[in-house]
Amino acid sequence: MLVIKVQKLSKTFGDNQVLKDISVEINAGEVVSIIGPSGSGKSTFLRCINLLEKPTEGKIFVAGQDLTAPKVNVTKAREKIGMVFQHFHLFPHLTVLDNLTYAPIKVKQIKKADAEDKGRKLLDRVGLADKEKAYPNSLSGGQKQRVAIARALAMEPDLMLFDEPTSALDPEMVKEVLDVMKDLAHTGMTMLVVTHEMGFAREVADQVLFLDEGRLVETGEPNAFFDKPVSERAQDFLAKIL
Amino acid sequence: MNLDFTQIVPYIPFMIEGIWVTLQFVLVSILVGFLIGTVLALFKIGNIKPLRWFADAYTSIFRGTPLILQLMIIYFAIPQLTAYDISPFLSAVMAFGLNSSAYVSEIIRAGIQAVDRGQTEAAHALGVPYRQMMIDIILPQALKNILPALMNEFITLTKESAIVSTIGYLDLMRRSQVVGAELFRNFEPLLFVGVLYWSMVMVLTLIGRWVERRLNVGD
Repeated sequence: MLVIKVQKLSKTFGDNQVLKDISVEINAGEVVSIIGPSGSGKSTFLRCINLLEKPTEGKIFVAGQDLTAPKVNVTKAREKIGMVFQHFHLFPHLTVLDNLTYAPIKVKQIKKADAEDKGRKLLDRVGLADKEKAYPNSLSGGQKQRVAIARALAMEPDLMLFDEPTSALDPEMVKEVLDVMKDLAHTGMTMLVVTHEMGFAREVADQVLFLDEGRLVETGEPNAFFDKPVSERAQDFLAKIL
Repeated sequence: MNLDFTQIVPYIPFMIEGIWVTLQFVLVSILVGFLIGTVLALFKIGNIKPLRWFADAYTSIFRGTPLILQLMIIYFAIPQLTAYDISPFLSAVMAFGLNSSAYVSEIIRAGIQAVDRGQTEAAHALGVPYRQMMIDIILPQALKNILPALMNEFITLTKESAIVSTIGYLDLMRRSQVVGAELFRNFEPLLFVGVLYWSMVMVLTLIGRWVERRLNVGD
């Protein structure tokens, strides 16, 4: 089943065209890694999927709904699309548990007790059951990112977007976050991950999208892509980083 | 030296009563100023152009003219125009509330814009509607950052409230002048209400510190 269909997506900021004519289809349960040099438009592409960036041209369908149609309720559509940011963006004035329950209670109108039950289960799942009363600023980067993942999951999204989730972390904390993401991948969650973690891309992803200068240059199954990239740009890129 | 504080003793209750009179309209003015200021700040950061223009023009007018002029226009000129005999209390609350809201709106606007853009994005990504996001996520964080600036504004308002003595409102300041005129001695009553003003500002300062500590939970 198709979860995401992107048709001829383009995005310009002023005179600067950051995305050019990108078309992609992603099925339910697929894990897709988006890689490419910095400035290639990876993050912008990801942010277009939940309309944090408004596409200049093209269409984006999520679960059959055209998000680029004129009268779409964007706020409503975003409930079903979880997002994890490079810099976490937890709500610093709320406790960890309140971070998880805020949106379910206020947006989905779930009962507080039910939301807290669910929140505690999610915290347990990301290994932070003992932190529910802590405030975000008392957590390490890895812990913050795991809370951020749990916060997104609390809305029970159909798909999850990860925008360089480990890029702001100290090296020793990368693994704990990637482990949570691997677990999530195994539950059948549809995931789009912008990442520089080639190991993760290779091991977990079903599909790799390689972007360069705003174009989708190459797509493929990870082993094939990493062993024998077809395009010259991908070969150059992989030669530099591996 | 010609100083005799015993002479003001009979008038002390009269002057102390002025604290309550002053506090009454200062508190209402702070509240009015804060509420209107918040709305104006939201106009200023919003996308609706006419509202933005309105808020900018409003700020420009109320910041660009003397407070005492605004007070006199409201107290003396409104009756001339409308034949409505406006009370000193209502005039004071209007002048101070409207004037203060212009300053408060700038403080709150700066506070909102200083909140990390990522907070807005995180709220958007969770499907939180704009209004709810502002009330629950952005404003609480903004208020925490701007609390010292807000307290400054409230303190200024408390002291500047003495201007209402010019329209005959029997506030703290006016009362010291009344006593001064009765006794033909001005130093003692003026010094006395000076201490009272200072005490009120101290109480306000302590409240501000207390609130700041409460809001710092989580840091």
